[in-house]
Amino acid sequence: MSTATQPNIDAFRTETRAWLEEHCPESMRTPVKGFDDYFWGGRQPKFKDEDQKLWFENMKSKGWTVPRWPKEYGGGGLSKAEYKVLKEEMESLGCRTPLFSFGIHMLGPALLNFGTEEQKKEHLTQIANGEIWWCQGYSEPGAGSDLAGLQTSAEDKGDHYLVNGQKVWTSYADYADKIFCLVRTDKNAPKHTGISFLLIDMKAEGVTTRPIKLLSGSSPFCETFFDNVKVPKENLVGTENEGWTIAKYLLTHERSMIGNVAKMDKTLDKYAVDAIGKVNGKLADPVNRVETAKWLIDEAAFNLTLERALDEAKAGSPPGAKSSFFKYYGTELNKRRYELMMSTGGFDNLIWGENAEEGKTPREFCRTKANSIEGGTSEVQLNIIAKHILGLPKS
Amino acid sequence: MALVLTEEQQMLKTSAKEFFNGNAPIASLRDLRDKKSEAGYDQLVWSEMANMGWTGLVFPEAYGGLDFGYAGLGQILIESGKTLTPSPLMSSVIVSGTMINAYGSEEQKKTLLAAIAAGEKIVTLAYEESNAHRPHTAEASVSNNQLSGTKKIVLDGHVADTFLVTARTEKGLGIYVIDAAASGVSVERHTMMDSRNAATVTFSDVPVLAMIGLPGDGEKIMDHVLDVARICLSAEMLGSMEEAFERTMNYLKERKQFGVSIGSFQGLQHRAAHMFCEIEMCKSLVLKSLQAIDAESDELATLASMTKAKVGEIAKLVSNEGIQMFGGIGMTDDEEIGFFLKRARVAQLTYGDYNYHIDRYAALKSF
Repeated sequence: MSTATQPNIDAFRTETRAWLEEHCPESMRTPVKGFDDYFWGGRQPKFKDEDQKLWFENMKSKGWTVPRWPKEYGGGGLSKAEYKVLKEEMESLGCRTPLFSFGIHMLGPALLNFGTEEQKKEHLTQIANGEIWWCQGYSEPGAGSDLAGLQTSAEDKGDHYLVNGQKVWTSYADYADKIFCLVRTDKNAPKHTGISFLLIDMKAEGVTTRPIKLLSGSSPFCETFFDNVKVPKENLVGTENEGWTIAKYLLTHERSMIGNVAKMDKTLDKYAVDAIGKVNGKLADPVNRVETAKWLIDEAAFNLTLERALDEAKAGSPPGAKSSFFKYYGTELNKRRYELMMSTGGFDNLIWGENAEEGKTPREFCRTKANSIEGGTSEVQLNIIAKHILGLPKS
Repeated sequence: MALVLTEEQQMLKTSAKEFFNGNAPIASLRDLRDKKSEAGYDQLVWSEMANMGWTGLVFPEAYGGLDFGYAGLGQILIESGKTLTPSPLMSSVIVSGTMINAYGSEEQKKTLLAAIAAGEKIVTLAYEESNAHRPHTAEASVSNNQLSGTKKIVLDGHVADTFLVTARTEKGLGIYVIDAAASGVSVERHTMMDSRNAATVTFSDVPVLAMIGLPGDGEKIMDHVLDVARICLSAEMLGSMEEAFERTMNYLKERKQFGVSIGSFQGLQHRAAHMFCEIEMCKSLVLKSLQAIDAESDELATLASMTKAKVGEIAKLVSNEGIQMFGGIGMTDDEEIGFFLKRARVAQLTYGDYNYHIDRYAALKSF
């Protein structure tokens, strides 16, 4: 940011703060507790209450459901500096995200980079306005870590593709209106080069879906089946058989999201002290005291490393395979945090209860086990680091 | 402050790298060891370092320094860590120089600090008495202006011109200036496992020349000075682990077994990739902590303990894995990877080890 724009930025900050103060209902300034507290959009939008709806409508009118996207696609058209101000001001008031969707965080960036003008106009606008709930169709029962080994096929039938196969770990597919999918369009090509990126309507004939119950007791994921589903040709994103490029781009994006270690309302030392108390000024359990200290140091080092990577990027150094490194370290760190919480939390954390609020920590603990599996396992990230950063030879 | 080097710091790092590679590679450490060098370090290299201004880099211009800051000095330490170059930079410049600069009288700065900054005198701190790091404890004491006591593991003690010695007083810890040539000083030189030198120094009714600060100031002074030393030593350790890691990666690519490079084995790749991540964590902590010294941050103690603990832990990991990945050849004295293992252990125990700093960090955070 050049100093010449500083007065403009200051003015934008003042305006933004005033606007948020006026347009964000009080109840939308409280922490989000679960799935229900987010508005996800969709053909049949479900608002939890009037405040949630009002907040969404207000933000939509400014294009601030997707502040950085161009205005012609329903975005706010904000510069990087303005976006930073908006985020800071929303954070300081505690404003919730008005619209949460995989459309915003995953499909959107792919379309902005690889979509045609028609696709951008249609789909980005619908995402920005919360009109379509998108889900992701990447993994298959036989293609997890070996994602490029996917078998769901899309056969060229002239004016349409005929899709057959099965996807798994499709997030909220049971609520979603549409799915962005990786499909095989060339069975004879080497596995990375016969893949295409396709958009499919979940209401199309032949699409069925079934939720999967997880260790944590919740079912955020589904299995989704395609049985002779006809998909119009214009739903292909990018070039046929070059979908792997888009997939890689999105995975990098996804990894950097998963790799961020979320801030908690209580630091780990406070959590431990509240749970087991102190003796002579030291945490009552000496082993947990050491492990907690070690974890806090690693957390601080991780956050400093994220900060350093941003500063290096600003100074012109390329990010490279860093997303793998942050994904690996960040998710392992998060798992360690919950292991420690289960340990210091004691018997209270054994109570599963009847709902997510009651058995919060044990359920979240179970959920963290997915951190190092989803978006590419820790082992896959280590493979990428070894190959692309350290230059070690292929096995 | 951005977590990147300034252009000047980067330039200093580059010239330090060239200097140490050209003048003090590991082969010269081996040479010092094998020839049982009198000084224990290369005096020509040391005087070159002084000529380039590195011995005065962080001190005010009034005392012959360059006022360049610890983040810059840290880059020299990182590079000297890569070649494992022994020198009195840590004992004389970083510990004693920092102490006199921050707490010494004007007279002490004009004489002692100026001599340290010029590389003319070696001044070292004598404070450990037990078999573990206890910087606030001293049995040594002063009566009738004469100091008596025994100090262990005094870095570069056998070549020191002046000792700064901790002793107990009625008000707490005091720090005393003692001439190494005074009668009643006896110095027993020990060679450590990394081929560097530390002495056991016995003081028997040795006349005290002066004090740094007042009786009872010692704890506060030691905390601050040792925190600076912990961060600077961590920088040196970071350089060593970066170099050991790079050598190990090169070996994994060169060494063939079963007809392929051993670096193609996933069992080694994952451990290598994990080490890479941990070293990146260390880099961030070291840079942040070096900047915190220059910024006179309130968080210095916390950062110093975090950094020394983490860097100590990873230095151990990387040096152990280095030996294991080099295999049999790594166990030989001819192969240099073992030098990194030995240095890592000495550095780990200097100014508080992993256990000490994990405990101190928790205490500073009140848990």
